Amino acid sequence: MKPPAFGYHDPQTVSAAVHLLASLPNARVLAGGQSLMPMLNMRVVLPDHLIDLNGVAEMSGVSIREGLLVIGAMTRQRDIEFSDSVMAHCPILPEALLQVGHRQTRNRGTVGGSLCHLDPSAELPCLAAVMDAVIETASPRGRRQITFADFASSYMTTSLDPDEIATQAQFPLWPQGHGYAFLEFARRHGDFALASAAVLMTTDAQGRISRIAVALSGVGPAPVRMQEAEQGLLGQVGGADLFAQAAKTCASLEPQDDIHAPAAYRKRLAGVMMRRALEKAYGRAARQ
Amino acid sequence: MTSPFTRTVELEVNGAPCARTINVRRHLADFLRHDLGLTGTHVGCEHGVCGACTVLVDGQSIRSCLMLAVQAHGKQVTTIEGLAPSPGVLHPLQAALHKHHGLQCGFCTPGMLTTLVELLNTVRNPSADEVRIAISGNICRCTGYEGIVAAALEAAEVIAASKEASK
Repeated sequence: MKPPAFGYHDPQTVSAAVHLLASLPNARVLAGGQSLMPMLNMRVVLPDHLIDLNGVAEMSGVSIREGLLVIGAMTRQRDIEFSDSVMAHCPILPEALLQVGHRQTRNRGTVGGSLCHLDPSAELPCLAAVMDAVIETASPRGRRQITFADFASSYMTTSLDPDEIATQAQFPLWPQGHGYAFLEFARRHGDFALASAAVLMTTDAQGRISRIAVALSGVGPAPVRMQEAEQGLLGQVGGADLFAQAAKTCASLEPQDDIHAPAAYRKRLAGVMMRRALEKAYGRAARQ
Repeated sequence: MTSPFTRTVELEVNGAPCARTINVRRHLADFLRHDLGLTGTHVGCEHGVCGACTVLVDGQSIRSCLMLAVQAHGKQVTTIEGLAPSPGVLHPLQAALHKHHGLQCGFCTPGMLTTLVELLNTVRNPSADEVRIAISGNICRCTGYEGIVAAALEAAEVIAASKEASK
């Protein structure tokens, strides 16, 4: 239960980090360490070099510009949780982050680390899916932007190149007064969820749903956008029957059996989480 | 910088500066226990699940098995050995835990205490629910959590009263 021997490098800039990643053989990038460190301790990952990004100040911070919430990849989860501007503009983030691990892990864990680790049950990838986040990256070929739909390739696999690191996540903001909800079911507080649902919506003066986004996680290799449900909800006046009907689209999901729950249970649970999240978000949305 | 496999780290542990040259793969918990002899920090699962190795780094609770000792360079670390204000005088949380029988085998206790110190430093009058959520990442397998929650609530009152008195 001790990490294997590796060479340690702590670059101070993105360009230095990218250069190291491109030049060192079998190198891994270390962010907050709340996933990679256990994997090192258990020796399921055996890098020859570790590139620690914790000293790269330019990768940390939260800003709001041109309708985007921009979060540096090395921003600690706790800093999102306690950010007044995030709470004011994007309240679904702190609501979900309170369910990410525990205080001790959020104090170290980063936004970029969780997005790149891409655990199928993790909260941050589900948020990135529901918000259509864009991931900005750096490599020796320069910077590029990847939509989250393209970024989340498969089970714990991103579309990052081997010499590329994620530097920030951009979350397009929803208008003030939007409804939001992040719900999950986990056996114990802080455990990875068996199923979770994220919902954002706006409603008009008559209570009709004028814009909607629904994402689920824990029910497939990567977070799933429920496009069929979104189309069915758009333009409708919210209500228990409508939301129950929308949740039935979970029948098309194909979760896997695992030691935590059988697939049929996960699928049913996802429907319940989705229905409740829709009700909660609808109740919170301003009629405008 | 010497070889990429060793580093000299300088940090402050329980208020005292220290420097050691270490293997970079040393995690902070082993550094505290083996290099500094501070065996109050316990190593349980060693993969970030049990919470026994929780220490404070710059006042924030972290799992010391999930942080490399080299990453603590330049930081202030507080362990269970650094909680009591002076020899023979317990921290209000330690006194309350003693009173409420909040420990039995004591293995989880250092992590419980460091976690709760952060909570009580940031939340003035926590509810029982807030205490339970705060220690949700700390696993106790013998005493149970009732005494620990009661102790945290009493310690919060004691700390608030002493702050009031010193005004």
